[in-house]
Amino acid sequence: MNIAIASGKGGTGKTTISTNLAYYLAGRNISVKYLDCDVEEPNGHLFLKPEITKKQPAFIPVPSIDESKCTGCGKCVQLCEYNALARLGKTVMVFAELCHGCGGCTLICPQNAITEHEKEIGFVESGKSGKTGFVHGRLKIGEAMSPPLIRSVLEKKDKDSVNIIDAPPGTSCPVIASVKNTDFIVLITEPTPFGLNDLGLAIETTKTIGIPFGVVINRADKDNNDAEVFCKQRDVMILCEIPDDRSIAEAYSKGEMIIDAIPQLRNIYAKLWEAIKEQVKK
Amino acid sequence: MKEIVVISGKGGTGKTSITASFASFTSKKAVLADCDVDAADLHLILKPDIKNRYDFKSGHIAQINADKCTGCGKCMELCRYEAVHEDDSRGNNNSHPVFSIDHISCEGCGVCVHFCPESAIDFPEEICGEWFNSQTRFGPMVHAKLGIAAENSGKLVTLVRNEGKKIAQNQNLEYLIIDGSPGIGCPVIASLTAADLALIVTEPTVSGIHDTKRIAGLTKRLNIKALICVNKWDINPEASDAIREFSESAQIPFAGLVRYDKVFTNAQRQELSIPEFDDGPVTDDIRKVWESVLKNL
Repeated sequence: MNIAIASGKGGTGKTTISTNLAYYLAGRNISVKYLDCDVEEPNGHLFLKPEITKKQPAFIPVPSIDESKCTGCGKCVQLCEYNALARLGKTVMVFAELCHGCGGCTLICPQNAITEHEKEIGFVESGKSGKTGFVHGRLKIGEAMSPPLIRSVLEKKDKDSVNIIDAPPGTSCPVIASVKNTDFIVLITEPTPFGLNDLGLAIETTKTIGIPFGVVINRADKDNNDAEVFCKQRDVMILCEIPDDRSIAEAYSKGEMIIDAIPQLRNIYAKLWEAIKEQVKK
Repeated sequence: MKEIVVISGKGGTGKTSITASFASFTSKKAVLADCDVDAADLHLILKPDIKNRYDFKSGHIAQINADKCTGCGKCMELCRYEAVHEDDSRGNNNSHPVFSIDHISCEGCGVCVHFCPESAIDFPEEICGEWFNSQTRFGPMVHAKLGIAAENSGKLVTLVRNEGKKIAQNQNLEYLIIDGSPGIGCPVIASLTAADLALIVTEPTVSGIHDTKRIAGLTKRLNIKALICVNKWDINPEASDAIREFSESAQIPFAGLVRYDKVFTNAQRQELSIPEFDDGPVTDDIRKVWESVLKNL
């Protein structure tokens, strides 16, 4: 089973909820793997503190041009949609950081002057945190393109486990790459105007991809029901609410697992898990 | 004119609230640009009056023309993004498979379009979002809305930033203040490229420390002058000290501490910047950060 934890807005609690959900399931002897797809700023390892047993580089294919064969015809430049190739006189230059690795230039070159080489964009590390399987990707600083690295992380999904996928914030390509092909998406929000505005965007994105989803209201405030009203108006299911509590923020700040620091919150994770299972069954 | 970008690495550290506060301090002297195009929030505080809206056209999207498709499968073989799917239905007279392109997976590279032996794939220009020229109570604002599940957020960021710059130059304004997006990837790089100064807003948590180091690495690599401030510093004073120590060792000036306070969310709920909502201690904290920005420009 593949469950993605996402949100439009950053800092709503994706990593807290995905690491604690994984840890909660492992405590119940359910086979679980945590996959951190926020490869630009991966944080799950700070909480799960895994023992890393494997590190593999991730690559995208980018073109190299054999100048002795290139006639400067410019067909590759015309084909490239990303401006990763440019012609200067009779020489073609490669701007590797703009390349999406589509392979078109290699195919179109009439002189067979283009070959691809692998450019490292980051790495994937995997290991274990107690009984919880752990994988994350770390994008190299200065690299722009995270989706290929996210796809490398997702290749490590475990068919027989519950895979918990911690997605990056936002609604664009890295998020799509992370949540695609999951069975269910948990959208985390907070009951603030920014939180709800971005939840609205995340809901639209999720509906476009066509994956069932539910909402967790984090930092819920007894005196404020904006998030409940927002979900009700859109006929969106609320999976659970997690109270606003400074002690949660303080435990998080130190890298503690919330369900260890504040054991009464285990009930909320139990409820969340039951709600997810129920929805996936449908 | 000086260009200032507010970034954070980690999401949810308070970039937008701090940007809106800066807007109120610099009232009528700055252009505001919201470069967090895939989850824009600055407009919720600045309440822009939209003067002009424009389509953001960028890139193309492949579409198979079923009448011309002979089902050879070349497109599926060449596509590296798993965007071509074989449908369950069959073509005319049940004679060949039918393919279609999943628009969400398609990266618009055009390889299938070019190499289709039947020229059966169309490649129309795609509208990836909208951008706006607006006026706010604090001055002009440029902002955008990336289309749902759309590509090219980096290009839209560049567009918003450049339009903001044009307005600042034409109207002779002193600052372009940019609200950036979280992360260190494509949209962040696009927002930083031409900046005079990047203010890193972080928080005193293990994640905040980790992410600050990565975003500081990026500003260094791009050769952009950076400053660090810590929001919600009193959640964990030891971690705030650790960030200050990091800023010293990395030779990034430290721009100050902002306390944890309900004023952040309360101002947001009133659609006001923090200085407008409550000119108290939190506003003083943020004002000191702004003074530090000015000193370092």
